[in-house]
Amino acid sequence: MSTTVAERRDSSPPPPDAGSRRLTERVFRVRESGILAVLLVFVAATTAIQPRFLDTQNIQFVLINTTVFALLALGETMVVVSRNVDLSIGSVLGLSAFLSARLFSQVHGIPIPVVFAVGLAIGLVCGVANGLMVSLGRVPSLVVTLATLYIIRGIDILIVGGNEVVAQSLPASFANIPQDTVLGVPYLAIVIAVIVAIGAYYLRSFRSGRELYAIGSNPDAARLAGIPVGKRIFTAFAVSGALAGLAGVLWAAQYQTIDSTAGTGYELLVVSAVVVGGVAIFGGSGTAIGAAIGALLLSTIQSALNVLGIAPFWDQAIAGFLLLLAITLDRAISLRLLAALRLRSSRRGI
Amino acid sequence: MESEHAAAAPGPGTPAAPGPGAAPGSGPASRGAAAGQLLRRSARWETGLVVVVIAIVVFGASTSSEFLTGSNFFNIGLGSGEIAIMALPMTLIIISGEIDLSVASTMGMSSALLGVLWSTGWPMLAIFAVLLLLGAAAGLLNGLLVTRVGLPSLAVTIGTLALFRGIALIIIGSNTVSDFPAAYTNMGVEPIPHTQLSYSAGIFIVLAIIFGVALHGTPFGRSIFAMGANQDAALFAGIRVKRIKTLLFVISGVVCAMAGALLTFRLDTAVQNNGLGLELDVVAIALLAGVSIFGGKGSIIGVVLAVLAFAGLQNALLLTNFNQEATGIVIGGLLLASVFVPNVMSFSARARESLGRRSRATAAVSRSGP
Repeated sequence: MSTTVAERRDSSPPPPDAGSRRLTERVFRVRESGILAVLLVFVAATTAIQPRFLDTQNIQFVLINTTVFALLALGETMVVVSRNVDLSIGSVLGLSAFLSARLFSQVHGIPIPVVFAVGLAIGLVCGVANGLMVSLGRVPSLVVTLATLYIIRGIDILIVGGNEVVAQSLPASFANIPQDTVLGVPYLAIVIAVIVAIGAYYLRSFRSGRELYAIGSNPDAARLAGIPVGKRIFTAFAVSGALAGLAGVLWAAQYQTIDSTAGTGYELLVVSAVVVGGVAIFGGSGTAIGAAIGALLLSTIQSALNVLGIAPFWDQAIAGFLLLLAITLDRAISLRLLAALRLRSSRRGI
Repeated sequence: MESEHAAAAPGPGTPAAPGPGAAPGSGPASRGAAAGQLLRRSARWETGLVVVVIAIVVFGASTSSEFLTGSNFFNIGLGSGEIAIMALPMTLIIISGEIDLSVASTMGMSSALLGVLWSTGWPMLAIFAVLLLLGAAAGLLNGLLVTRVGLPSLAVTIGTLALFRGIALIIIGSNTVSDFPAAYTNMGVEPIPHTQLSYSAGIFIVLAIIFGVALHGTPFGRSIFAMGANQDAALFAGIRVKRIKTLLFVISGVVCAMAGALLTFRLDTAVQNNGLGLELDVVAIALLAGVSIFGGKGSIIGVVLAVLAFAGLQNALLLTNFNQEATGIVIGGLLLASVFVPNVMSFSARARESLGRRSRATAAVSRSGP
């Protein structure tokens, strides 16, 4: 995750204009720093009790566990920022994981990049379907993606049946992807960090990325301002689907035994990670970096409980509690921000 | 970024403004016409559902001779009873402009507590009282976070979905409790005497009548529609929006706790993952029933019909040896149809209107949002 920190530092010089923007940007940084602080405190406390927590092996384990989540969280961030939600990602992940992993036994000696491309394409098709229905059909994304959650999982079940892909059918070079390291850092984690950084840069600095925030803040105003709302939302869903497809291939490499339940329930975990990471559930604010840190925090908690010997039963309760805490704090901060902005504009006599 | 606070100000369920096109120059007459149109449209929705239910019955009867038997009717009620029960409070909550995704976790928490208390020798009646309190407390937490702290219910209840399931895990761990008294577990194998109704289906019918009267026949019900249609207007009209929403979440918690007990007895098993993932089925039924996800629209008749469609379809597919797990394809398809069909209808209505007033045609089409 070193890349993420560097990227954050890059973004710190505030734009020279409007003081209010500086203020908002500072507050948004507070959100991310807040979640980062929680993460650090958590790591420090856990390490104090059980030094084994900062073992290279354990850190690698946490990072690998985060990769799938971080990819899904990036796509979900793009969608949520535009005031939509994609609930189908767990099903997309499952479908892509099975179909791509099965390729190894169907086509002997198939190159691994081709498998990744196939996974990506499967996800892209699902994402395009979601995007078309939401943007052209103008129907609520919650309903559409809830429906495709069922449909894609159903297709997955019809294809998989009672079968599963077993570890023996996967080539070692594929199964080792999560284990390979560069200077002790899993190289998969580096790749994912770079992808997240690119996504974050796109959302922060590209016109079409900024337009997603505008749409999420006020869809009607965005439309009146000439932003191609449908097109942008379509793109967000397509990207989210494609990333979920990619995450499916990684999931297959990581777990190696794939049946028709792969990725069940991931959609809500990922939405949790995204919201814990400071992305407002009703759009308009939040960053991809924040969402990635949210994903990292959730998998760190899982691992910490494990290392501390606390029964894994506590995972979920703590994750849920943290989510509630995060959104409550977020609400408090944004209320304060609102008050500060009002005060500022009244002083200026606007 | 500056407009962020503007977006944060209105509540989560704030419905889209009725569209600028309709506003100018619309007197009481056109408002009455709009209400009439709304009535016609919702009436059409339920008629559509009746057609769907009939189609499913015909489909079921033609593919399996077992479909139209009394014992199968019992099976249908047994298989979907708890989901149907939970769909009732969910409907009220969605109409009020919120959502409750924690229903299945509340159910699981209730099931886990039931198992643990029973295995430590509590009397069953005392356990029931504790379960109802647990459900009320769970709902109160949701309600207070949504109304008093002002958080979006979607986020809150995703949080409590994890929290309550986590508490269920903490309560019961990896244990399984399954030595419940036969007097209770018989609910899972025997119908209510002299009928073909499962106990859960019987409870659903009673609750549906209560919820239907409360929603469609009382000021309380009208106020739920009002706050879903326009929360600010409801507030200015003197409706205690926060109190009623909190109450709705509490009702949902209590009903889900009860459904948890029913599920536990039916399966004769209390484990941590009882009811896992059912929240989406419950939401799907509510949406299929024609309840608008933006609030302000829906009916209990619709929910009853949607339950029939949902349960009948699952059962029919089961009897035809269709891979039972994959019935989600059909449910999802129905759900998609439920959002696209009214959209097509309103699109054609818009088109007709704009043909009528050719001068304003372009404006009307470009303005009318979803």
